[in-house]
Parts: sequence; C-alpha cells; structure tokens
Amino acid sequence: MPILQYREAIRQALAEELTRDPNVVVLGEEVAQFHGAYKVTEGLLEKFGPQRIVDTPISEAGFIGMGIGASMLGVRPVIELMFWSFYSVAFDQILNNAANVRYMSGGQIHCPIVIRGPANGGTNVGATHSHTPENVLANHPGVKVVVPCTPYDAKGLLKSAIRDNDPVMFLENTILYGDRGEVPDTDYVIPLGKADVKREGTDLTIVSYGRPVIQSLAAANLLQQEHNISVEIVDLRSIRPLDIETVLASVRKTHRVLIVEEQKPFCGVGAQIAYMIQSEAFDELDAPIARLCTIDSPAIYSPPVEAEQLPNPQRILQAVIDLMD
Amino acid sequence: MSKKPSAATERPSEPGLDKANAALAPANASLSAEGKIELYRLMVRIRRFEERSLRAYQSKKIGGFLHLYIGQEAVAVGCCSLMGENDHVITAYRDHGHAIAVGMELNPLMAELYGKVTGCSKGKGGSMHFFDPSRNYWGGHGIVGGQVPLGTGLAYGLKYKGLKGACMTFMGDGAVNQGAVHEAYNLAALWNLPVVFVIENNGYSMGTSQARSSAGELAKRAEGYGMKWGVCDGHNLYEVRAFMDHFLKDARDNHRPSVVEIRTYRYRGHSVADPDNTYRAKAEIEEYRRTKDPIQVFQNLLLEEKVLTEAQVEKIDTEARTEADVSADFAEASPFPTAADLQKDVYWESDNPSQRKSEGRLFFN
Repeated sequence: MPILQYREAIRQALAEELTRDPNVVVLGEEVAQFHGAYKVTEGLLEKFGPQRIVDTPISEAGFIGMGIGASMLGVRPVIELMFWSFYSVAFDQILNNAANVRYMSGGQIHCPIVIRGPANGGTNVGATHSHTPENVLANHPGVKVVVPCTPYDAKGLLKSAIRDNDPVMFLENTILYGDRGEVPDTDYVIPLGKADVKREGTDLTIVSYGRPVIQSLAAANLLQQEHNISVEIVDLRSIRPLDIETVLASVRKTHRVLIVEEQKPFCGVGAQIAYMIQSEAFDELDAPIARLCTIDSPAIYSPPVEAEQLPNPQRILQAVIDLMD
Repeated sequence: MSKKPSAATERPSEPGLDKANAALAPANASLSAEGKIELYRLMVRIRRFEERSLRAYQSKKIGGFLHLYIGQEAVAVGCCSLMGENDHVITAYRDHGHAIAVGMELNPLMAELYGKVTGCSKGKGGSMHFFDPSRNYWGGHGIVGGQVPLGTGLAYGLKYKGLKGACMTFMGDGAVNQGAVHEAYNLAALWNLPVVFVIENNGYSMGTSQARSSAGELAKRAEGYGMKWGVCDGHNLYEVRAFMDHFLKDARDNHRPSVVEIRTYRYRGHSVADPDNTYRAKAEIEEYRRTKDPIQVFQNLLLEEKVLTEAQVEKIDTEARTEADVSADFAEASPFPTAADLQKDVYWESDNPSQRKSEGRLFFN
C-alpha cells in the first residue's frame, strides 16, 4: 500500500473530490500559486486550473462568508484557513451564518462547505496562532467538527466532509503534516462520527483525538514495556457527530479513563466526554475520570516551556501511572 | 434636527438620472398599465402588512424585534421588480418589504412574526429571518453587514455556474462601516462578481445619524476598490427602477459589480422598541411623509398618467388591509411549533435520515 504524508493524503482527497464533482472548489490564502502555506495543495492549480483552485486575499470574513453564500447555491467550497486561529475574524460568518442559516430558514437552505486547516500549538508561534477551537465550534448545533490524526483518516474523513451537505469544520495539525502512513489510492471514505480504537488494551482507556492520539500511542508503548500497563486508545476522529458508543464500550472493558486533549481544560471537549461517560457508564468506573489538557494559560512562545504546556508522552505516561495507583 | 442625507457632494462615477424623464426610461417604458398598478399594489401591501404587524406587536402577539420598513417601500419594490430568473436578493434584518416584493405570501410572513409553525421559517427565524430560496430570496440576516459576504458568494456561485444573473445585496447605511462589507467589496471587485451592493440609506444607523456615524460619501467608498457607484433618491419608484436597471444590467452582462446608495427614510424607530424621541425631530418625519412618501408619490404619478383612478386606489387599499387582517387571523389560528421541532432543520443529514452517511450523535441532550 502506498505510504503518504498526512499533507499528501489530504491533497489526494482534494484531488479525487475535485475530479469527481465539478462543484468542488478550493479557496484560501496561497493555496494556488504558492502551493499552500504547508504545501497541502501543491500541484492542484496546475492540475485543475485557476477556476477551481483560487488564491484569496487575507480576508477570512470575506472569503469564508463568500464561500458560505456560494454553497447556498450548490457550489461546494473547500476553504483553507492558514491557521484555524484565524477563524476568529470570520466567527460571525461561520457560526452565525453557516451554522444557523438552515435553522433560521426552517430547513430551506443547506451549506455544503468545508473549512479546513491546522489547529494546534507546539510550533512556538505564540498565543494568537495556537488556538484549538474544536470545543467552540462543536458548541454550535448546525456545524460538524472533525479532527483526524493519521494520513489514512485524514483522506477518508476529508472525502466524507466534502460530500457532506452540512458545514464541516476540519481541523488538521501542522506537526502532523509530515507524518507518514499507509493510504490506499482508492476511493475510500470514512464516515464522520465513527471513532477508531487505535490501540487495544485492558487496563485503562485513553480517549483522545488529533495529535495527542499519536503522543498517547508513544506513551502506551512505554507503559507496556516499562510498567506493564495495557492501555487502550480510542481516537474520536470526529467531535460532532460523536461516537460515544465506542468510548463506552472501551470503558466497560477497562473501567478506567484518561481523556487527553490539546485543549484548555475549561469547557473543553473532554468535559463533555467525561460528563457522558459518568452519565451513561457510572457503574463501570473504578476510578474518577482523569483529564490531561494543555496547561491553562494562553499558549506560551518559549519553546521548551510550550512543550511542557501541551500534552506530551511524558505527561501522558505520568497521568496514566497516577490513575492506576 | 439631525443632519439629513444631503444630495451627493461629490460626483458619482455613473451619470445621474434624468429625473424628469425617469418614467420614460427603458425599465419603466416597458411597464404595462397593469404592471404599474401591481407595483403600486405591492407597496401598499407591504405597508398595510407592517401596520397590521405593529398592532399585533403592541398587543403582544409578536415577540423580540420588529424592524419596520414603512417609508422605504419604493426601494425594495423598485429593485426586486427588476429581477430576472437568475437574479438573487439578500438583505439585513429590515426584511419584510423585500420578502413581499419578491412575491412571498403574507400568511406565512405574519405567521413567522407570530412564531407559528406555518411561518415561512416554521417559527424558527422571526422578523429578521425571512427566507424563500424558491424566489431567490436568501434572507433576512440579523447581524449588521454579515449578509454582505453571503450576497457576494451568491454572485460567485452564479458566475461559477455560468448563469447570467446578479445578486442584489442590500444593507443599511449603518452597515457600511462593518469590516465584512469592505472585505466583500474587495472580493467582488477583484473577481468581477455580478453583485450590486445596495445601501438603503434611511439616514440613521439605529439612533445615530449618518453625519455622526459615517465619514464621507457612503457609496463613494466603492472607488477605493475600483468599483463604480451611484446615488439615487428612493421615494420615486420610477427613479429607483431606472437607476437600478443600469447597474443590474452591467452586473449581469459584464460581471461589473457596483455600490449604489438609495436615499430613503423610515417613519418608525429603528425597531418597535425604539421610542424614537432622542435623535430626530418629529417635524423631519412629517416633512418626509408629506412630500416624499413613496406610496403617495407613485399614486400621484399613476393618477396623473390616468393609469389609476381614485376608486382603484381605494379598492387596492381596502384589499391590502383585508389581506393583512386575514394574515393576522391565519397567524393567530396557526399552532406554535413544539419542543419536538427544536432539533429539526439543524442538520441536513438529520432531516434526511435515509440519506445520512455519518454516524454517531449529532445532538447532546
């Protein structure tokens, strides 16, 4: 099976969907001539031309709002945000217009738009460029939120997102763009709202999504080798819709849960997950649910300290040991 | 008295109207007598509908906001009456007039104000959120300026699909200072999108006059984006149509976007909740009503043209009042939505379960 980088898997998904559906257009800052700030869209301009691959000015409220308007007429824009952090200048467009227009029109309108780009810390770009807004986005009924962590998932989920008739927020990760993995060059899709058990285990369940899944896998290997602790890892992949059943099945197996997320703790996705686990599987728990989050301050610039602020294999390992005590 | 909108102090990029001969402009010369009467009737229907809705609001049948369009009717009717098959309309929260102007029936509109399930948005949108995509009417948007990028996107969609049409993107004079509006201007000009940005200038952004809120000529800001612009009075329906026809054709035929300012006036406060006693003089309202009321102006023109008789004027008014009353009765008799409707019309997928491809929970109760 071909081995692709995460960015290449996304590019392949874009290319396949651009080929399949003439209504799909890719818009964003530097996606065409520059080949993408992270080279995700490299080569697409040459293959699909300037009508389909469109460079935008630095104007997120403008081009995202424009994409939403075009989607109401049946265009299927896939809009790249150079950083998801920049969603805040388009907040009204995304969360008033895309999220609400179907509801406010009594179901007469739908917005088949995808907004994608990286949402992560860890690259020493400071507080303004390190937001992880999946909790904010998922708090708005009307939008869907997806966070893939492997090349295989990224391709299959993005293809589903592009075919989806609702607005889908697709959160990638700059640190994962170079990760490699097996990606079939076939036309496969992964349904939104389907979690994936990335590692089977018996002693404890880590529920996570995005890059912390990768970090949890590293921690789990150490825990197995050095501490004889068997960790199961459930990758949510999609925040909304949410596959809570796979989480609950794992809880019923291991009876201990650590939620790991690259979010600030307050009102984060993990808070909702913890609520649902205790609500639906209270009697299965042998210990309080633990959470490991980004340490609760704005993202620090200082490189060594930022590494400590975020979830990392060492912090995850320690949190598991603490929970097993 | 607050400063009223004055005549353009700077020369628009487009030639002004021949006001004296507006009725003879191509857009109007092509109108039949019946067509003229229908345009007059539309304005009367809008006004009587809104007056009836105001009474319903005062008797607490309607909640929230009610932004009345009374005084501005010639703008929506003049502009929307020029729509062809592929022309589209989007506007802000003062949206009743445009909804009626594109042909929406009064019953679902009044029912929407009453929050009833028979409303045009099933009682989920309210006064600020009327929609009818089947009539190319895309709302009805509550956030000042927020609809302007959407209208630009409708124009983008038209061009992308190779359809010959334009999107009239309405906003109030208070919207011109919002960033999203300027971002939309830039994109429209940069990509030659078929959009006409229509500033309905009623002189006040909420309770703050134009002179106290906006620097310079409103539409002239188009020049900064290399777009053409124009200014027109909005109380004479013929003038609105003759003026807009020019810009719409250029958008449709040549993908040339533009910014136009149509000067109009609202008789009521910003919303019904606005006591309207701090920022403008009653005399100003009376002066406009007496000399420039769009319905009276057009009625006078049609009487002079002998297109309309006094008896017809009376009949149209009576019919409009009756229709508005009937819509209120319809709204009153209609059921409210139920709590079971809350989670419908949120996701296309959950409304179309047989075609759903995603899994997992979409709602969290």
